[in-house]
Amino acid sequence: MKDNGDYQPYSYFQLMEVSLRELLVEKGVVTEAQVEAAVEDIRSRTPERGAKVVARAWVDGSFKQKLLENGSRACEELGLDMPALRLVVMENTSSVHNMVVCTLCSCYPRMLLGLPPEWYKSRNYRSRAVREPRAVLSEFGLQLSMETKIRVHDSTADMRYLVLPMRPAGTGGWSEERLASIVTRDCMIGVAVPKPN
Amino acid sequence: MIAARFKPGEKVRVRKAYPLGHIRTPYYIRGHGGVIERLCGSFGNPEELAQMRSGEPKQPLYRVRFLQNEVWPEYRGNPEDALEVEIFQHWLE
Repeated sequence: MKDNGDYQPYSYFQLMEVSLRELLVEKGVVTEAQVEAAVEDIRSRTPERGAKVVARAWVDGSFKQKLLENGSRACEELGLDMPALRLVVMENTSSVHNMVVCTLCSCYPRMLLGLPPEWYKSRNYRSRAVREPRAVLSEFGLQLSMETKIRVHDSTADMRYLVLPMRPAGTGGWSEERLASIVTRDCMIGVAVPKPN
Repeated sequence: MIAARFKPGEKVRVRKAYPLGHIRTPYYIRGHGGVIERLCGSFGNPEELAQMRSGEPKQPLYRVRFLQNEVWPEYRGNPEDALEVEIFQHWLE
């Protein structure tokens, strides 16, 4: 019978990570506590941050304007710390749908969405999103009409992209919190659209 | 810092070159023509930074918009479907 216990030998890259980390601690470059704090910081970032930004843009026109002009500065206004992140926010409209990919690696607005999902880093998504976006979107369950123009954004350098989805009909009078609850990670990557529930 | 040579709306072409090293210009877009969507600012040259050099002088970085059906001849969709890619100035002509 196959052993399903927890123990697995380190992979090549895990071993590299442990060796490098131990060496850095040993040489006094970083402390264990600093490494732990950095990992916790990464874990604390979730797509809820991005959803908060989107919900604010839906209810506050002047914030939305600022967000589209300078994404990083607008997020800082909301108290979100955006070090070294140049955020470009792309607005979905009734005639334009935006989606984000990084064909070269896995560039992603981590400050707002946390760690990217596995599929975002897959060769399949990275190579096909730029070439047959409509087929890729339909695999995510999103069928766009031929009238809608698709813009695919390849994050190849220093910018990071967030899609501002359209506020769905039937959400008039909703609180900002309730609006944020329907803004999923995939809506902000542009492979889904928010649905009122 | 190197001055920006292109303006939004201007037509450009990506150099069709295949140097070795850490290149942030994807293969699929080399040789294709597009239009400057915006200037993003100036950033350290990644080809230099990857060699542990300073990356100076900083290179202007643009977002360039390409039409899908010009990049992929077999593309089927709205004729205005587009692809936007960040390209450093030294890759544009």
